[in-house]
Amino acid sequence: MIYLDNAATTMKKPPQVAQAVVRAMNSMGNASRGAHREALTASRVVYDTRVKLAQLFNCRRPDHVVFTCNSTEALNIAIAGALDPGDHVVTTVLEHNSVLRPLYRHEAERGGALGFVRCDALGRPIYEDFEALITPRTRAIVCTHASNLTGNIVDLRRVSRIAKAHGLLLIVDASQTAGAVPIDMEELGVDVLCFTGHKGLMGPQGTGGLCIREGVELRPWKVGGSGVQSYSRTQPAEYPTRLEAGTLNSHGIAGLSAALDYIRETGLDRIAAGESSLMRRLYEGVRDIPGVTVYGDFTAAERTAIVALNLDGYDSAAVADELSERYDIAVRPGAHCAPLLHKALGTDLLGGAVRFSISCFNTEEEIDAAVRAVRELAEE
Amino acid sequence: MRAKAPALIISFANVTEALAVERFCQEASLPGRIIPVPREVTAGCGLAWKAAPEDREALIGALDGAGLTYEGVCIVNI
Repeated sequence: MIYLDNAATTMKKPPQVAQAVVRAMNSMGNASRGAHREALTASRVVYDTRVKLAQLFNCRRPDHVVFTCNSTEALNIAIAGALDPGDHVVTTVLEHNSVLRPLYRHEAERGGALGFVRCDALGRPIYEDFEALITPRTRAIVCTHASNLTGNIVDLRRVSRIAKAHGLLLIVDASQTAGAVPIDMEELGVDVLCFTGHKGLMGPQGTGGLCIREGVELRPWKVGGSGVQSYSRTQPAEYPTRLEAGTLNSHGIAGLSAALDYIRETGLDRIAAGESSLMRRLYEGVRDIPGVTVYGDFTAAERTAIVALNLDGYDSAAVADELSERYDIAVRPGAHCAPLLHKALGTDLLGGAVRFSISCFNTEEEIDAAVRAVRELAEE
Repeated sequence: MRAKAPALIISFANVTEALAVERFCQEASLPGRIIPVPREVTAGCGLAWKAAPEDREALIGALDGAGLTYEGVCIVNI
């Protein structure tokens, strides 16, 4: 089987990830719940993982690394916690529903307003729109670091300059870039970075979080057991406890910790370069096949390892099914939870697109097999 | 049970603070260990750092110098 759906989740993980999860399940108590050895083991693993993530993303405060189940939960926490009723938000048509639906809810239930940055024919954001959409009520810019459909990367330095000039919060969805490309929160000017653990970071599903710049205050989205300040009627004010009500997925976090060790030992630059090389190989292999349309900007020096395409006259679901049934190649058809970008590119009328997404564990042979399969399907 | 004796107790607002101190002290070879917070101490977090009373100056100086945060410092007979 050739797995090319890594933008949905990386299936092949470093073996030490599963080993760490099993070890954790057999040895760890509940993090932040007690001082016996097993509870402390869990607490230490969780804390160590915060430190590793803070180093990876250059978040200055490890205690401002908050764990969640995934990016969606992190984005809900960030959006609900940062916005007041009536606030206006600038976002983009590149966004995943994990950004869009919390924003639509803010609009529908809290009197919020939204402005959408458009994209060009290659799916690149029209950067002038960011500034043009800002109103006196604008509180934040919420945008993705990279499109999960095209792989185009958003120039966050440029966006953060606009945000800072207008005193806006910059909340970033790094679902597609965490672990795939280097991210430096300080250099990029990101206030809240939301990430998932199971994609580029190669950890278990059910892990993720947000890194919060010092001084940014987010109200708790959920409240409850914290293991500390038990006689208080309110959620503790300190990060990370403020945003972490309930037992953490410490077993999963142990796996994520092992994955972070793998990334550090292998080198993120090396991982990114390898994935980029395979992505270019796939793009070069399919771009000139008659009947194939590829989406996204492949002139950019930096992009994530995604190639999205369609075959003329065929539903993307049918193409993905052929790839699966005849070639045992796993890809993702359809809308990819990115409705506005599909509409902007016109692919909503074509049944979405066929997305190939690559990990560092893919090989040139697998990419060549995918190219041959697309060629054969296009020629039939 | 062993006989009670005075101990230096450093309390914390949350577990992350406590574990940051534990890591720092271990790396700097400073004395003490994590214990469940004694009931005599008002603290947000159930973990505390216990050391000998005579270590107070060295420990607090090192923690403050490193910019580490804690909730309180006291001597408790435990």
